[in-house]
Amino acid sequence: MNFEPTEERRMLRETLTRFLADHYPIGHRNAVAYTAPFHDPTRWTELVELGILHALAPEAQGGFGGGGFDITTVFESLGNALCPEPVLGTLLAARILGATGGDLGPLLTGSRRYAVALDRSNSVTANETNNRWVLNGRCDVVYGGGTADRLLVATDTGAVFKVYADAVQVTPYGMIDGGGAAMLVLDNTPATLIALNGRPVIQDACDVGALALCAEAVGAMNAGAAMLLEYLKTRQQFGKPIGEFQVLQHRMVNLMTEIEQARSITILAASRLGTDTQSRISSMAKSLIGRTALLVAEELIQMQGGIAMTWDCAASHFAKRLVMIDHQLGDTDRHLQFVANAY
Amino acid sequence: MDLSFSAAEIAFRDDLRGFLAENLPVDLSDKVRSGAELSKADMERWHAILNTRGWLATTWPRDFGGPGWGPVQRHIFEEECCLAYAPRIVPFGLNMLGPVLIKFATPRQQAEYLPRILDGRDWWCQGFSEPGAGSDLASLKTRAVRDGEHYVMNGQKTWTTLGQHANRIFCLVRTATTAKPQAGISFVLVDLDTPGIEMRPIRLIEGGHEVNEVFFTDVRVPIANLIGEENQGWTIAKYLLTHERTNIAGVGFSVQAFEQLKMLAQQPRPDGTRLVDAPLFAARLARIEIDLEAMKITNLRMLADAQKNGAPGPESSMLKIKGTEIRQALDDLARRALGLAAAAFPPTDTDTNTALVSPDHTRIAMKYFNNRKLSIFGGSNEIQRNILSKTMLGL
Repeated sequence: MNFEPTEERRMLRETLTRFLADHYPIGHRNAVAYTAPFHDPTRWTELVELGILHALAPEAQGGFGGGGFDITTVFESLGNALCPEPVLGTLLAARILGATGGDLGPLLTGSRRYAVALDRSNSVTANETNNRWVLNGRCDVVYGGGTADRLLVATDTGAVFKVYADAVQVTPYGMIDGGGAAMLVLDNTPATLIALNGRPVIQDACDVGALALCAEAVGAMNAGAAMLLEYLKTRQQFGKPIGEFQVLQHRMVNLMTEIEQARSITILAASRLGTDTQSRISSMAKSLIGRTALLVAEELIQMQGGIAMTWDCAASHFAKRLVMIDHQLGDTDRHLQFVANAY
Repeated sequence: MDLSFSAAEIAFRDDLRGFLAENLPVDLSDKVRSGAELSKADMERWHAILNTRGWLATTWPRDFGGPGWGPVQRHIFEEECCLAYAPRIVPFGLNMLGPVLIKFATPRQQAEYLPRILDGRDWWCQGFSEPGAGSDLASLKTRAVRDGEHYVMNGQKTWTTLGQHANRIFCLVRTATTAKPQAGISFVLVDLDTPGIEMRPIRLIEGGHEVNEVFFTDVRVPIANLIGEENQGWTIAKYLLTHERTNIAGVGFSVQAFEQLKMLAQQPRPDGTRLVDAPLFAARLARIEIDLEAMKITNLRMLADAQKNGAPGPESSMLKIKGTEIRQALDDLARRALGLAAAAFPPTDTDTNTALVSPDHTRIAMKYFNNRKLSIFGGSNEIQRNILSKTMLGL
């Protein structure tokens, strides 16, 4: 039993954390996260050069990681800095391409950018004529869709196709928690079949994506809690720091306890990646994170009072991201349902 | 990152499973599974079995007759005993007083008392809380005044668990009136046969007799029974309470309770439906399972820390809070799962009454009510939050 990261992952975390602290301070983050293209292309390239994408894929596919704890290391660091770069879509695409024998080379070097449209709310149909597939339909919310070169699109029947972004009508827009997405309209768009029965591949990608979001949330919760704790120690009311009031002390302890529980379930999910309990445990993790992240977000705002209601307060942006993570890849109830269905 | 036990730890666990399969009497595990009250003889029988194997004083070093286990082995032991429905080791002599004697007592005191704890000649109980000193334990008022070679003790202790079985009690007493109340407390051992002691039962919410109140009137206690220095009692009490905090998460109890609850909810009911098919119940069950899975890892993480640092840190208060919340939530759900059948109230003061009612079902409501104690004893969850706020958050 050992809960220490390996030397490689510790170095990856330190490198990433230092880079993000130096190059992604909250002011810069907010400047790029809310203005098209809703991320920082220069920083993206630098992050790729640091190996952030290679860490997400196994050696056999050209990366140097790809394990559960590689993924959590990267995403916890991203969450800690509230980084809006579209890494999640890249991870999901890498997972799908890797599972279907695709070439990850251009994806990992950052020369070709991918986004995925897997959500069940999409409506896409595929038609084949003379061995050529075309897609029709629309996908309303595709994270990173505005900056991608290639899109992996799931159809209503669970098939997965690859399309060129320039063959699709792409309407980019920003998100309330920063970062960008796009609406896609597919109108007889030529497509390459990746997997006809793609449900297992999609499920795997969503499991891994859920794990990544859990780790991102853990990073963001820790950063948010540290800000809140600092505030409790410095903010004076009634002639003393508000952290001396027991009602706030106990709520802060509850937050820390729940964050530790959230970290624990994320560790468990990372350890189960690639085992037959991968889906069940990643759902457990995503369900718990959904609960905890909302609690932390709302307490960040409530316990800091009016100040965390302002755009200029960093905590307000952490709170937004923490709330919106529950909207991605299935919310707390959907994953709870999945867990409960197994009884 | 490696969440699994080492080869040596797994071998230890297998050894332990074999031991339990062979040596845990079925009538005892049946009683534990049903939640029936264990008699004094039941508990002593299990202690003797463990003592024969050298596994009774799980927190003691080898030199004093313990197995010399580290935190991980102790955890495995506690978890496996739980899963096998073994009786809980009565902690007062073995897990509370024993470590105190090993740390603070004179060699003579150690030689006198430790063997008697191991072989069951002494059954110790705890005299800490008083009617006016609960969470604010340092405000305790039971006085011990020197008179020659004796202290003369006057006052009242309460919440004395299983005191009805005990022949001795370890007490915190006030030996000095100081500005800082903690500085005037001493730790003494008292023979319950001494004239002037009266023990009265307290009937608990679920009807059981688990705790007592103890009255001391001019009780003469030899000064030789003082442990450590006079007025050093608070330090000793704090040391004892950190030992009380081992296995504080009670993960084994929760796993056991969860499995029982799931089985119950998966059984077809007379109308053919299963409770787990009711979506709201299933959702409650799933939420607790998720909390419990996270708890298991939190427990292991802190265990790994304790193994590394030699002792559990203040974060273990988190385990107390969350662990007891989960256990109470499980008891709540089990009670709901039974519907009206949970309401029957069996007599509780004999261990043969289980023949009157189906034991697996009828005690669930009692257990729910009895286990409301979990968030109160061992330092209430609110006190744990105070501790965490101070030590972990620096507030």
